[in-house]
Amino acid sequence: MNARTETELLLPPMHSPARLSNTHLDALEEETVFILREVAAAFERPTLLFSGGKDSLVLLKCAEKAFGAGRIPYPLLMIDTGHNFPEVTAYRDQRAEELGADLIVRSVEDSMARGTVRLAHPGESRNAHQSVTLLEAIEEFRFDALIGGARRDEEKARAKERIFSHRDSFGQWQPKDQRPELWTLFNTRLAPGEHFRVFPISNWTELDVWQYIEREHVGLPSIYYTHKREVVERRGLLVPVTDLTPARDGETVQVRDVRFRTVGDITTTCPVESLAADAGDVVLETLSVDVSERGATRMDDMTSEASMEKRKKDGYF
Amino acid sequence: MSTTTATLDNTALHGDTGTALRFITCGSVDDGKSTLIGRLLVDSKTVLQDQLAGVQRGGETDLALLTDGLSAEREQGITIDVAYRYFSTARRKFIIGDAPGHEQYTRNMVTAASAADAAVVLVDATKLAWAAEVEDGTVVKRELLPQTRRHTLLAHLLRVQSIVFAVNKLDAIDDAGLAFERISTALNAFAEAAGVQVAAIVPISALKGWNVATRHADWVGYEGPSLLELLEELPVTVQDEAVPFAFPVQWVEKFSSSADTSQGRRVFWGRVASGHVEPGQRVTVLPSNQTATVAQVLSHTRQPKVVHAGHSAGIVLDREVDVSRGDWLLAPGAFEPVREITATVAWLDDEPLVAGRVYWALQGHRWVKAKVARIVDRVNITTLESEPATQLEANSIGDVVLSLQQPLAVLPFTQSRALGSLVLVDTASHKTSAAVLVQPAAAKA
Repeated sequence: MNARTETELLLPPMHSPARLSNTHLDALEEETVFILREVAAAFERPTLLFSGGKDSLVLLKCAEKAFGAGRIPYPLLMIDTGHNFPEVTAYRDQRAEELGADLIVRSVEDSMARGTVRLAHPGESRNAHQSVTLLEAIEEFRFDALIGGARRDEEKARAKERIFSHRDSFGQWQPKDQRPELWTLFNTRLAPGEHFRVFPISNWTELDVWQYIEREHVGLPSIYYTHKREVVERRGLLVPVTDLTPARDGETVQVRDVRFRTVGDITTTCPVESLAADAGDVVLETLSVDVSERGATRMDDMTSEASMEKRKKDGYF
Repeated sequence: MSTTTATLDNTALHGDTGTALRFITCGSVDDGKSTLIGRLLVDSKTVLQDQLAGVQRGGETDLALLTDGLSAEREQGITIDVAYRYFSTARRKFIIGDAPGHEQYTRNMVTAASAADAAVVLVDATKLAWAAEVEDGTVVKRELLPQTRRHTLLAHLLRVQSIVFAVNKLDAIDDAGLAFERISTALNAFAEAAGVQVAAIVPISALKGWNVATRHADWVGYEGPSLLELLEELPVTVQDEAVPFAFPVQWVEKFSSSADTSQGRRVFWGRVASGHVEPGQRVTVLPSNQTATVAQVLSHTRQPKVVHAGHSAGIVLDREVDVSRGDWLLAPGAFEPVREITATVAWLDDEPLVAGRVYWALQGHRWVKAKVARIVDRVNITTLESEPATQLEANSIGDVVLSLQQPLAVLPFTQSRALGSLVLVDTASHKTSAAVLVQPAAAKA
């Protein structure tokens, strides 16, 4: 997504939300609100996974509409790898406070101290290890439903998942044996120790998310928009240069205009080149991209074709 | 990287995107469902470079790999569960459910069909004995494959609004025109016998892209639109609005303060199952049988509004009545709650349905115990005849009588999807065991 080539060809009035035909956003929002209320009613100890990323902020906006600010009936849970972009954690805390929501943070570093997470080497990505910390938090709080912002258009394994997705007592997903999900008659029955993962924005695409952010003026951490950043080029990706991810020998550090399409652990998330300064610009760019959201940005998904499925089976988000 | 692939065809910003069409592809194993979806995604330029690179095998693009997202699926080369994909053309947004063809995964096809506006049933022309009229002295009946029949029947039972047959792989047949003609005849005969309305029969080659996104001119005598052109025109599911007001209570919101819009009362949230709701309307509560008047109606985002079937509403009543999650608010006198229903069930569990067993039944948000009083019959997928049965095995369709622990307000599924549908859940395994479609006889009981 170098610069904004040819976006000028794509109808200038699209910057104005009023000119967009986005009634489909109303339908998506209504479906999401319905699911959020179902969780509030059907479970005893639900929680909403909140990373400060754009999908969880959209989810939170829908929750605010469903319940009213200050009235969201479940706590927010964040699994912290300790490798976060500071802009994201700051925004996460600010948003939780604005909404008067309970924010629970559980840290991979605590799991490492307990010995339940062992890294193969100190520099190993902690991303996949979040599953352990997450399952420990589920046990600690006896959560019976975890609401996540995953979308089916993100990734092939996610495209297969139910909206109410059952997890066994080991927190495992059984992709070959999912419960049928008929109409909106959600079977939320559980045995002790089991839980559900619930994905209220399953049917949203990346474009829908950005159109909604634009229409609803959903605030985001600043790194979602263009900024200057030191990066190196590595295997076709722009890798941010940070204390945790220094440039390697022979790599040239450059300052480029970039934004993040997804935000996760610093060690696995890469920005894309972009001058998009607001959600309207991002909508235009999203219309013209030729690489998928995770393909452009995630080092962890590229390791093998099944890596998301494998992580999900292990209890990942 | 370049952005020259940018195309207005792949925007969601034109036309009426408010009516996204949800459709499924179904049919037998290897009839080309995943390949068809791959073709639709590629031809509508929804597939991005990295995703296309991920499905190259030995220099060839295997379009099926775009949707077969589980490693077990790629290993076995089959589809196990529904993959949902999203794409847009200049005229419409689409949500596709790619349903598995194997009989053992029928439950996943039913999952996809329950939310679909349209079903595209793939038919593999190369698998049918269309050529021979007479063989060894007997007339060859052009039998459709069992899964073609089963999926068509299930889509029809579930009231999928439009059923389209796509006759695939005709490019691999010498006399494709004759094959298409005869297969169309067989499909129409089957549909007529089963009472299924066919929206269209389209000859295609998913592999080559013929008649998928763009028309393939002068081929097999077909003059109609491409499959995609057809899908752009199909209607979305019509809500059952002519039925009197019924509303399953999903969640009860309690306000302690009397200063807000709810005047200190409780708000009953849910989705209007039938009819509409506005202030001033009288309602009866099931099961308490109390009546009250609607004081206020909120939209899903808490704006005052008259809310119609299919949409979420928050309802405030004029007085305190006993209402909790699972209860129904009903138009007074319009429904007669029953303790016994006759229903068609699509059995989805590996453990068979047996007469005498008790299951959990869910209607709206209400859970009641349901006992299988008796099994009326089972449908023979091939002959469409009813036959006696003592149990229903996985993936079979049959009629049963259920006796209910508590009364429910039901209507035949053919009149109201929301009031006529239940699921059965195994009380031991908690698996979702059946889709239950209420039959007319029960509504009168």
